[in-house]
Amino acid sequence: MSAFVGKYADELIKTAKYIATPGKGILAADESTGTIGKRFASINVENNESNRQALRELLFTSPGTFPCLSGVILFEETLYQKTSEGKPFVDLLMENGVIPGIKVDKGVVDLAGTNGETTTQGLDSLGTRCQEYYKAGARFAKWRAVLKIGATEPSELSIQENAKGLARYAIICQENGLVPIVEPEILTDGNHDIKKCAAVTETVLAAVYKALNDHHVLLEGTLLKPNMVTPGSDSAKVTPEVIAEYTVTALRRTVPPAVPGIVFLSGGQSEEEATLNLNAMNKLAVLKPWTLTFSFGRALQQSTLKAWAGKTENVAKAQATFLTRCKANSDATLGKYTGGASGDSAASESLYVKGYKY
Amino acid sequence: MSCFTTKFADELIANAAYIGTPGKGILAADESTGTIGKRLASINVENVESNRRALRELLFTTPGALPCLSGVILFEETLYQKSSNGTPFVEMLKSAGVLPGIKVDKGTVELAGTNGETTTQGLDGLGERCKKYYEAGARFAKWRAVLKIGQNEPSELAIHENAYGLARYAVICQENGLVPIVEPEILVDGSHDIHKCAAVTERVLAACYKALSDHHVLLEGTLLKPNMVTPGSESAKVAPEVIAEHTVRALQRTVPAAVPAIVFLSGGQSEEEATRNLNAMNQLKTKKPWFLSFSFGRALQQSTLKTWGGKEENVKKAQEAFLVRCKANSEATLGAYKGDAKLGEGAAESLHVKDYKY
Repeated sequence: MSAFVGKYADELIKTAKYIATPGKGILAADESTGTIGKRFASINVENNESNRQALRELLFTSPGTFPCLSGVILFEETLYQKTSEGKPFVDLLMENGVIPGIKVDKGVVDLAGTNGETTTQGLDSLGTRCQEYYKAGARFAKWRAVLKIGATEPSELSIQENAKGLARYAIICQENGLVPIVEPEILTDGNHDIKKCAAVTETVLAAVYKALNDHHVLLEGTLLKPNMVTPGSDSAKVTPEVIAEYTVTALRRTVPPAVPGIVFLSGGQSEEEATLNLNAMNKLAVLKPWTLTFSFGRALQQSTLKAWAGKTENVAKAQATFLTRCKANSDATLGKYTGGASGDSAASESLYVKGYKY
Repeated sequence: MSCFTTKFADELIANAAYIGTPGKGILAADESTGTIGKRLASINVENVESNRRALRELLFTTPGALPCLSGVILFEETLYQKSSNGTPFVEMLKSAGVLPGIKVDKGTVELAGTNGETTTQGLDGLGERCKKYYEAGARFAKWRAVLKIGQNEPSELAIHENAYGLARYAVICQENGLVPIVEPEILVDGSHDIHKCAAVTERVLAACYKALSDHHVLLEGTLLKPNMVTPGSESAKVAPEVIAEHTVRALQRTVPAAVPAIVFLSGGQSEEEATRNLNAMNQLKTKKPWFLSFSFGRALQQSTLKTWGGKEENVKKAQEAFLVRCKANSEATLGAYKGDAKLGEGAAESLHVKDYKY
């Protein structure tokens, strides 16, 4: 084949397919230490290891949530943490049908000569690191590439650099038993309309799949984590149905059917927006050869975080809130969400942060 | 959108979708004067306009054949010819629900510095020519790019040149109302195995779709005409199920769902082989978001030609032979071919000609 078929091929295909199970999706809980610090600051919680452990334990032990999740993306520190009873998080998840994943990129750096465009670091010794993560129980990985829309952006350089970086990361993961989630995020920042976002998304995804082909990546053993196609953050909003139409059209034009699942990022969308948009996509009566599900961070945790506020006495309430969002998104993957889950004001709060850096 | 906007968009999409009607396919009757000369020579018929016209009339007036066809590709001369009762062929086809198509390339020329690799000519004045063909009643076009498998072939140069030639042709067609059939034929010549053919096919198709994206082609208004994935002509044959599996997998890895239909070329396959392979593909239980059909030349006409032998008194029998192949392939598009087509003379005969030039 044109694709590299190593010793992990069957496992990669099986894992990727499982993660894409209709009714399930991914919890992105891979906030770096710095990023989780910002979240904690917003609820007046100190950024130390035990609080970080406590938050993730709250999430991973929420009753009823496991059936809604096929995977959780972890930050390296969390991969090696345990519950307060001493059980490794990784074991807890695996025992409950939730596959542990690991963020492997090392953040973005500027591309000289561009207008603030970036490329992503993390390829050095990536193979060795993947092997270690596999031993620790991880079975999929995530690498976030970032692009932006502007008068002359994204530039051809930025598209090529990010696409190729993703492809190189992807094949290294597959060589070492991890399903790579390919994430080419195009930021919502800007006053462009939805058509512009659609055009850029199609151009970027076409470049990404060409690069994956060049690097012999086994598409059946990958997942895609794209942005939804929306108007820019400074533009007027549109309905979920419009977002669904543009998004699915863009994907139908670029993502080969061999890819088993597409797990959307939520960007700056509120919890409710993200769920409604995902739901609208799954209701769209057009042929979709991959499952459409979620890989949400903020859009799954925002109201849970607020409900918790770092206090043990709030854990049960926070877990109930988390369950509400998990169920809502699980329904959305089946096009069955009827809206208004929890009615919590936090659920409708925009999570948009300009120039968002993880 | 990333694709360009044309006033013909809706029409292109409708026509491409129509050609992809289950139960129908394309008759490739676009042999150039030179090529049809070789065919006629093989049955001892003189290569004059009246004979060329007579052959096409035989095909287009075959009772019961036109319902099996959604399109017929014509050579320029034929586009302006009439049946013996004065009805333009184009009118005859249109009123029977068959879209007329037109071959627009001007053959291949060698790429200097390569080992006999080629690129395809025909871009000069193509826009003007397409306009004229549209006025004459054509609604789709065909351009054949040719690649070969060898030690160092296809080279990156050959892949790039042919992919970008196809893309430029495609967008010019769309600007002028013709649905472009994108044909990147990888010749079957050689002693390579099916895995090699699969790898090359995936690489070539990936390059094609990147080029089409770069040129802003509206994929919903195109068709793909690829080779099936098979062992080389000098290698041992394999079962239709094996061909089906490798072919569909290659397409799943490269052809976006937005493409409405894939109409296979028959290469050097016998009539029966081509039908069985197409049938096996349509029986395969796997993701196929595009309709799989035929665009056969030799594999539809071979036994018809032999039966006709250029003689008026053989027309009826020849038409019966043609109908047999049309029906067989129509059934194959539905995975319903039972292999019981009355084999006409030569139906099982290989049509492979080494290093075939049109």
